Amino acid sequence: MSEIIVNAVSKTWGGVGGVDRISFKAEAGTLLVLLGPSGCGKSTTLRLIAGLEEVDSGTITIGGRDVTHLSPAERRISMVFQSYALFPHLNVAENIIFGLKVRGVGRAERDEKLRKVADIVGLSHLLERKPSQLSGGQRQRVALGRAIIAEAAVCLMDEPLSNLDAKLRHEMRTEIRALQQRLGMTMVYVTHDQSEAMTMADRVILMRDGHIEQNGAPHELYNEPASDFAARFIGTPPMNIISWQDGAMLGVRPEHIFVAERNGVPATVRAVEYLGADSIILCDVKGETVSVRQTGYCSLPAGTQVGLEWQNRHIHLFDRDSGKRLADRAPA
Amino acid sequence: MVAAVMTAAEPKTARHRNWATNVNAWLLLLPAIVLLGMFTHYPILATLYHSFFSLGRSGPAEFVGLENYRYMLDDDVFWQVLRNNFIFALATVPTSIGLALLMAVWVDKKIVGRSFLRLAFFTPTVLPMIAVANIWLFFYTPDYGLLDQFLKSLGFAGHNWLGDPSTVMTCLAVMVVWKEAGFFMIFYLAALQSIPPELKEAASVEGASRWYFFRRVTFPLLMPTTLFISINALINSFKLVDQLVIMTKGGPNNASSLLLYYIYEVAFNFWDTTYAATLTVTLITILAAVALTKFVYLDRRIHYQ
Repeated sequence: MSEIIVNAVSKTWGGVGGVDRISFKAEAGTLLVLLGPSGCGKSTTLRLIAGLEEVDSGTITIGGRDVTHLSPAERRISMVFQSYALFPHLNVAENIIFGLKVRGVGRAERDEKLRKVADIVGLSHLLERKPSQLSGGQRQRVALGRAIIAEAAVCLMDEPLSNLDAKLRHEMRTEIRALQQRLGMTMVYVTHDQSEAMTMADRVILMRDGHIEQNGAPHELYNEPASDFAARFIGTPPMNIISWQDGAMLGVRPEHIFVAERNGVPATVRAVEYLGADSIILCDVKGETVSVRQTGYCSLPAGTQVGLEWQNRHIHLFDRDSGKRLADRAPA
Repeated sequence: MVAAVMTAAEPKTARHRNWATNVNAWLLLLPAIVLLGMFTHYPILATLYHSFFSLGRSGPAEFVGLENYRYMLDDDVFWQVLRNNFIFALATVPTSIGLALLMAVWVDKKIVGRSFLRLAFFTPTVLPMIAVANIWLFFYTPDYGLLDQFLKSLGFAGHNWLGDPSTVMTCLAVMVVWKEAGFFMIFYLAALQSIPPELKEAASVEGASRWYFFRRVTFPLLMPTTLFISINALINSFKLVDQLVIMTKGGPNNASSLLLYYIYEVAFNFWDTTYAATLTVTLITILAAVALTKFVYLDRRIHYQ
């Protein structure tokens, strides 16, 4: 079993940045996403697990083994870097088998594994190329190949798709997810892209300013955000948060609001974004912007007075000061 | 089709514009061409020309064909300074490169006083060769020089370091390495800093030791720099002779003389300008061969980013 347990880990650089007493667990064979805006500590967390940074306090265990003070190599992990970190002077094959060579694996075994991995990542025809002769997507595959050839049970990924174009990114995230499940790896995956997190993860940890904002399955983050920050971070467009009574904020997802003729909260249409399958109507409610998702094409002109309605079971209430979620489904 | 019609309609304007562009380009190149032509290319050709003529001290210069070259091949001093020069290159080039790399790797690390160290290593480069030669002349002076005083305090006898044919080349080589290594270090330092730090991290995740990483990643990635530096060092070893003027005048008995210093002596002490021209052609041929090796052969075998 190769679950990862991070227990009360802290790391700062002279009191700046880093992470503050974070704890979580990545179950064996699952994909855990560390999600958050830049500077939230997600990459630091990953580098602490990898052993590229030393913890100030706390412990990290991988597969029941305390690795807190071990070197990266002794942790028996593999890692994919945002820049891919390919060796520019080595060709694809040499890049992939770099680690095997370091560990003195015999030639026959190396060739055998290389053939298998090159086949998995679809690079068999490019083994002689140098990284500079590859496209972004192909480089990404080389980095993946180098990560999986060691057959380490734990694979760490630091924003691996952020240098690819949108179409390729979509393709690769399906592939990485399939690969993770096929090889049964425990994967920790860092990203700032919430749609990547939602589509790939078994579990998402949303981070902010060095602490964990919410830890849950993707549908939990979406349906029961633990704070207004989580509510605003997840979903496109994100949840609408408007001031409400009794020092509370009210949150409701755009798809749960519908436009009524007469009743409901009065609002003014400001603009309509037509997306094809649906339209996002941007409305003004007492100076706050509320977006409404409506199926199909919407022809409301800007300036139209409308009423907005939603059902009570779809609302979320957050404390105005702490931003924390208030008791579920409070009546409005 | 449209383009064809357009060109047919305005052939004159197009040709005129073309001509104007050409004139403009040549005018921009002119200052460089004039300077290079006057002070580099013409002198080379003139030197080559003169090397085929007699000196003409008593009467006009006569065409003598390869006579000067035949004389050169029979000249024992020529062979000695050539041998000296190759030994000198062999002694200074690899050592200064190795030392430069060592210093660069050291000052690339995050250590206390790093800027001070970098400055200290670079200082010899800033000094003029004449000044360096004078400083080291004092080090090597028999009896009261720094080296001898140090040796005497340890109970050893003094030695005439620059006056002994068996030690003079080593002494000069040590000084030149001291002066050159800091300069080459700067190139290595720049190259080291252009290697992305993730490569090191990726290698450490794979379990590569520091030495393995240096051997298999850092060093190959530094090859373009190493090549650049070695060509420069090699050319410098034929080009830099200031120290001889100050320290040994090529002596004792030509033991420390180098090809360029010999050319200077032949030309301006013995006033045998045609023989000096012949020797110069030989020197230029050697340096051109070095440069050609770099451009034609070595460049293809090295990874450039």
